[in-house]
Amino acid sequence: MISMSFDELLPLIFIGLMGVSLLVYVVSDGYDLGVGMLMHRATPEERDTMVASIGPFWDANETWLVLGVGLLLVAFPKAHGLVLSELYLPTTLMLVGLILRGAAFDFRVKAKADRKVMWDRLFIAGSMLASVCQGWMLGRYVSGFGEGWNYPIFAGAIAIALPMAYALLGATWLVMKTDGPLQDKAIEWSKIAWPPMVLGLILISMATPWISESVRVRWFTLPAIIAVASIPITTGIALLAVRLLLGSPAARGGLCWLPFALLVLVFFLSFLGLSYSIYPFVVIDRLTVWQAASSPESLKIILIGVSITLPVIIAYTGFSYRVFRGKTIELDYA
Amino acid sequence: MDAVFLARMQFAANITFHILFPSISIALGWVLLFFRVKHLRATDPQQKLEWLRAYRLWTKVFALTFALGVVSGVTMSFQFGTNWPGYMERVGNIAGPLLGYEVLTAFFLEAGFLGVMLFGHRRVGEMVHLGATFLVAFGTLMSAFWILALNSWMQTPAGYEIVDGQFHARSWLEIIFNPSFPYRLVHMVLASALTCAFLMIGISAWQLLKGVATASASRVLRTGLIFAALAAPAQMVAGDFHGLNTLKHQPQKIAAVEGIWETTRGAPLLLFAIPDDAARTNRFEWGIPKLASLILRHDPDGELKGLNEFPSAHPPVLPLFWSFRIMVGTGILMLLVSWIGLWRHWRDGWDFAKMPRPMLGIFAGMTFAGWVATIAGWYVTEIGRQPFIVSGLIRTADVASRVPSSSIAVTFAIYVAVYLALLAAYVGVLKYMAETADKKSYASASTDLAGDPQEYQRRGEFA
Repeated sequence: MISMSFDELLPLIFIGLMGVSLLVYVVSDGYDLGVGMLMHRATPEERDTMVASIGPFWDANETWLVLGVGLLLVAFPKAHGLVLSELYLPTTLMLVGLILRGAAFDFRVKAKADRKVMWDRLFIAGSMLASVCQGWMLGRYVSGFGEGWNYPIFAGAIAIALPMAYALLGATWLVMKTDGPLQDKAIEWSKIAWPPMVLGLILISMATPWISESVRVRWFTLPAIIAVASIPITTGIALLAVRLLLGSPAARGGLCWLPFALLVLVFFLSFLGLSYSIYPFVVIDRLTVWQAASSPESLKIILIGVSITLPVIIAYTGFSYRVFRGKTIELDYA
Repeated sequence: MDAVFLARMQFAANITFHILFPSISIALGWVLLFFRVKHLRATDPQQKLEWLRAYRLWTKVFALTFALGVVSGVTMSFQFGTNWPGYMERVGNIAGPLLGYEVLTAFFLEAGFLGVMLFGHRRVGEMVHLGATFLVAFGTLMSAFWILALNSWMQTPAGYEIVDGQFHARSWLEIIFNPSFPYRLVHMVLASALTCAFLMIGISAWQLLKGVATASASRVLRTGLIFAALAAPAQMVAGDFHGLNTLKHQPQKIAAVEGIWETTRGAPLLLFAIPDDAARTNRFEWGIPKLASLILRHDPDGELKGLNEFPSAHPPVLPLFWSFRIMVGTGILMLLVSWIGLWRHWRDGWDFAKMPRPMLGIFAGMTFAGWVATIAGWYVTEIGRQPFIVSGLIRTADVASRVPSSSIAVTFAIYVAVYLALLAAYVGVLKYMAETADKKSYASASTDLAGDPQEYQRRGEFA
């Protein structure tokens, strides 16, 4: 590891970058997909506020998916072909979900008033479709695209768990960005989404080592188990804290941002756990990062671009969140 | 059906749907900046209001267009991999960085500042908002820059070397600024200018015809006419240069466009023909003698290579022949309509109330003329590269997906259904917005507070 040359290090840098963009994607589009799914429980007026809370951000959020997939395409072309061939149909359905959602988001306020209900339904359906497909894809990916009776069950379970996680994230986003009756509702929604999300996370943590030999070896061997145990323990504490906060009046007041922040932490820790399980593979047990990587000279060219642009992107993303900080107000093109 | 054919059809459906929206938004971003600056600089309150109304309606059009461009663009970024996995495996070292730079320098820039541009007026100062508008327009242009760099490289590859079947970059400057890139970029930007101009012309004319126009519709219509009258001849010149460039680097494409089978001196410009690939000849040929040679060689007796010199490696002739004629025909029509329209408008003392209704009808009828020309142009370019995906180097059939053709057929059907529905919705909503623009949201336009957060705060509208 220490004697690794820069050329050998490059694929690791890129898998890290790809992981980070997918993590940012899952968190950022996760909350807005969650808000989209929750809209089926809201009144028409509440729907407007909910859409307004994600309006300035959804587009940039989705861009992280393009970056993540782009880096897979660019840095690991062999893995890209393998992954997307395996996931051809769910990928297409996810894209259809994202297309419907993105289109409905803009159409719902511009079309005739009597069409708004239809666009809202498409927005909700698109959000659900995209989330379920992403869950399925994650499940298939984590289990190394294995064949057998247990694999589809595993992928199916994650296809349900991930939308729940998004819904919880979206609900806590609304707790942070709204007030009054909608905030009260968002707290209720969070409480409803909390148990299935926690259950899903526990199931995945148990099922992944069961389904993959290499993951089992990696997690349940001494002394590694002592070191990595901090990940599930911290995750558990954070999830409990979210639940306690939701039950307390503080979530309505000054600490309204904390459940969301804690959930982001949970997503981050789950991501760390997952990375630990998978490393150094791009496709578990099939392709390592080095086997799948493009030529060093291409990676260097992109790395220069990434090093310059990523800080700038982070800066203006931060700027945008600062501009639209605080509770949501009505969106218009004034 | 054949998986390669289906993969091509599916990709073609997607790029056809996608290009509709960038072809508007590349230019519309700059038009919005123009409207905004006009609004800010106008001293007369009435004019100020008119520019503001124009800005507001067209901001909505931009938002809608941009959203559809984004979602179809995201789809496309996946389809590079799902439909052409072999392409990335072989030329990933070259295509990858170009696509990567597009996402990093263009995609994020547009997406990052779009929120501020669309919804930020109550929250940021005027200069910051203008800056955001500029960056969105600039990002859209940058996007075109990178995508066209890659597309041009596939047409006229340069700056690479091949080691063990894999492409490697030798010179990035040569790759980006490959022989056809400048022509393609200029041609596309002008195509966007024309598409956007005719959208402005058509929608404003529709508003005038329907009696739902305010004074701002006339301003938009005039802006569009002037814009189109300048861009149309520029496009003809750019197109001519682009054609000469293509003749130099891809003579088989020109041969197919002109429907020339045998190498000829003094080739005619065919106005009508039905090229027959199987019989290797044209049926119902009708043309102007020597004109093709004159245009392409600037010599009436110049020699043009025929398709028979490129056996088994020339593009299908019929779609190319007709796409090209549709593109040029629409272009000429746009030139005539914009010039005649502007001349008539000048003669009427710059008053659209005096413009004859049939003229307004023609304007409205040409609302989407830019789309027709752009799509036809893209078909000339893309079909004209076949049977190669990288001209002369990699055949399309060799890099297509290994996904079963039934899967491709199903997803193809889903995409087409979604795209057609969205296209109908897009046009329907444009019409609805045009007809109700004033009733809906302009009631308060006279008390505009845009770009003045302090004013909002004073009024307590700003938490």
